[in-house]
Amino acid sequence: MAGHSTATAAAPEPGAAGLSTAPAEDPSGPRGLGPVGWLRWTWRQLTSMRTALVLLFLLAIAAIPGSVFPQRTQNLPAVNDYLRDNPTWGPFMDRLGLFEVYGSAWFAAIYVLLFVSLVGCVLPRTVTHLRTLRQPPPPAPRLLGRLPEHRTTTADADPEQVLAQARQALRARRWRVRTGSDAVSGWVAAEKGYARETGNLLFHLALLGILVAVAVGSLFGFSGKVIVKTGSGFADTVSQYDEFSPGRLAGADQLPPFSMTLDAFHADYQRGGRQNGAPRSFEATVTSKETPDAAPVTTTVEVNEPLEVSGVRMYLTGHGYAPTFTIRDRSGQVVFHDTVVFLPQDGNFTSTGVVKVQDTDPPFALQGIFLPTAAIDEQRGPYSSFPAADNPAVFLAAWTGDLRLDTIPNVYRLDTTGMERVGIKALTPGQSWTVPQTGHRVSFDGFVEFGAFSVARDPGKLPALVASVLAVLGLALSLLVRRRRVWVRARRAADGSTVVEVAGLARSEHATVAGDLDTLVAALPGPDPGP
Amino acid sequence: MPVDLTLAQLSNELVYASMAAYACALVAFAACLAARPGRALEPAAAPAGALAAQGEGGVGTLTRVTSGPPAPPAPPASPGRRAGNIGLALTWLATLLLGGGVLLRGLSVSRPPFGNMYEFSIASALAISAAFLVLSLRRDLRFLGLFVTLPVLLTLGLAITVLYTDAEQLMPALQSYWLVIHVTLATICGGALCVAAALTVLYLVVDVGERRTRAGRAFRLAPLVDRLPSAARLDALSYRVTAFTFPLWTFTIIAGAIWAEAAWSRYWGWDPKEVWAFITWVAYAAYLHARATAGWKGRRAAYLGLVAFACFLFNYYGVNIFFSGLHSYSGL
Ligand code: HEM
Repeated sequence: MAGHSTATAAAPEPGAAGLSTAPAEDPSGPRGLGPVGWLRWTWRQLTSMRTALVLLFLLAIAAIPGSVFPQRTQNLPAVNDYLRDNPTWGPFMDRLGLFEVYGSAWFAAIYVLLFVSLVGCVLPRTVTHLRTLRQPPPPAPRLLGRLPEHRTTTADADPEQVLAQARQALRARRWRVRTGSDAVSGWVAAEKGYARETGNLLFHLALLGILVAVAVGSLFGFSGKVIVKTGSGFADTVSQYDEFSPGRLAGADQLPPFSMTLDAFHADYQRGGRQNGAPRSFEATVTSKETPDAAPVTTTVEVNEPLEVSGVRMYLTGHGYAPTFTIRDRSGQVVFHDTVVFLPQDGNFTSTGVVKVQDTDPPFALQGIFLPTAAIDEQRGPYSSFPAADNPAVFLAAWTGDLRLDTIPNVYRLDTTGMERVGIKALTPGQSWTVPQTGHRVSFDGFVEFGAFSVARDPGKLPALVASVLAVLGLALSLLVRRRRVWVRARRAADGSTVVEVAGLARSEHATVAGDLDTLVAALPGPDPGP
Repeated sequence: MPVDLTLAQLSNELVYASMAAYACALVAFAACLAARPGRALEPAAAPAGALAAQGEGGVGTLTRVTSGPPAPPAPPASPGRRAGNIGLALTWLATLLLGGGVLLRGLSVSRPPFGNMYEFSIASALAISAAFLVLSLRRDLRFLGLFVTLPVLLTLGLAITVLYTDAEQLMPALQSYWLVIHVTLATICGGALCVAAALTVLYLVVDVGERRTRAGRAFRLAPLVDRLPSAARLDALSYRVTAFTFPLWTFTIIAGAIWAEAAWSRYWGWDPKEVWAFITWVAYAAYLHARATAGWKGRRAAYLGLVAFACFLFNYYGVNIFFSGLHSYSGL
């Protein structure tokens, strides 16, 4: 008896081994010396409960570093910072995959082994269980009195009558019943709670389903991030994304042809109190079109209410300010006019950004801080004291020199090495400033708010949900249903009365049969009223 | 929506009042344990599954009977029982007070009271004591009272001293009905798992005590062990509570994933909170597996169960304090 193919669920004799529906363990080493013997032994070890336990434990431990170290998929800048601050250990940790734990080979190795073990464990159990489901319960043991839980009574009815009544009572309570007789007496055997094993198998199979659904999502789905300024739009093509990560088998050409414009953005903040400035609501008014020719639809997108368009969901994940600048050169010709996204640096939206103008003489750049509610601190310098635009201002530093646009593609940063600072100035909306050394005239025309959106499609989402719900159902059955057997024997005693023996056996943890036996005894014909 | 400061203040007062009642309950439960006659002295009245003394005299060799017909209840006059009953009544009172505190906290800001760690903590304390009271409706759990009111008081003490935050509105990411479902379930699971963990600790203590007694060796905690149910009963009870809670915990994680999908565009993103929910879940799965694995039943499985509960606690406090992630609502 070894391995799971001989799971004890079908064992006819009740006993200690019959209590759990867990597969039997085989502690012995490989039998025979041939490679087949070794293979079979390895397989048996892999699919044993002990291995499943060790792998589960390993999986839990392996997941820990991903919460301790920054992860590329969630926070790339944090990983780069970490690598910069830890030049000795960083690259080594990187090679170990500590910044991509959940995509690393060793994490995958653990869960793949776990799932191989799961298949090897669950498939044979399913076969056994299906067979058990078609078989009647095993016959009654000869000596019911030897079972830990048993009752003996007498009845005035015939043994046949008692057994018929027992059978009926058990059937009414939806036990699976079998009758028979042997040298000792006639008997009724009954079993209940098969749903426990069904649930257990359903649960483990549903886990496989979740794994498959997650894989489908990451292979065929995509996700991206995009910043949309109020008044401008976004069309679903790869070039428009600020960040785009397609699944391995999802082509960029499969993007649905939808487009959207951000009509308005509104944010509310708490005013006063300890949580002064904490955000209270964000609301983006968005007009979207399924295809270039479709009718436009206007909706509001909020934090927990994404926009759904052609199978893609757009989520509002952040927001910020984008000031508008016009820059004229010495001759008065406009060399720059645009609204520039400034990235928020703190909860009060002290935001930074740059403007680079290459095609002007001399090349010109602005490094700016946008403050929705401007304040100045002796130490910190200019900062924002509230997230809403109560007192907006920009603080600008003008630079000239080689912008090196070919080497630094980052639109949010300016590498000032080799450049010369030619002036600093604070402006409020509508104000202008002429930079003396270069003659450029900078106008701060105003500002809009922008919304940061995540765009995602995950075809594995619904299957994952279905599989998870099945898993919970299976789990509930497997942990709450109690599997147990009862037997009734009735025989005529020497004095002519009928001796009824009732016994039961719990076949799962925390099951008891005492209550079942009491109910059963109460349903049987009573003892002789006596003279 | 403005904050109703009167209600918020009243809520705080109810929380303080409940702490006073829990403290009295704790004393009563301690008296109950102390006055409870040791099992060795009371063989006839031992409850089902408890200890039976073998032979005359009763103090000699002791064995435990793990199944058998239910024994008659102990005489109602025993002082231990009375103290235990007082403890139970006080716990009911304290729980009602605390429930009022949690409710008023939510009403004061017209939202579910799950916005920051102070609110999570008082709700968890409520869940722990509610789980205990619900369980004690059907069985005699007076022996457990001390070990439940203690963590409740610790949680509340931590809440009012370190974690206290004024009642305020919610940030937008929390404005979802999945918040109510997910967090309510998580809190209930936390309460039940805490009771299960208390039972597991008692099981480990009693198990050592029983082994020592069987081996004829002394055990410092013997007087305590004598007043507690058998190791087998404690183990079975703790398993039942865990087994009942585990599907609920699984559903809690699924509800969290559904919410994450609506708020952050993906249902699972290995955020530190998600990582630790996963670790906790896997650890409890390991505990359930260990109970079906030869060589791991009993003590080793119990240790795994405690590790799993430690993971749950860490997810609750540690992740909020040590890691920054999307779940940074703690208000710390
Ligand atoms: C992805 C990995 C796995 C997870 C998350 C998992 C989870 C669980 C959970 C939560 C239970 C509790 C339900 C119950 O006690 O009835 C359970 C039970 C069980 N699992 Fe797994 N399991 C996994 C893999 C495996 C593997 C690989 C095996 C085979 C060796 C296995 C065999 C069993 C058995 C036999 C039970 C029933 C134990 C009993 O009779 O009480 N599981 N599993």
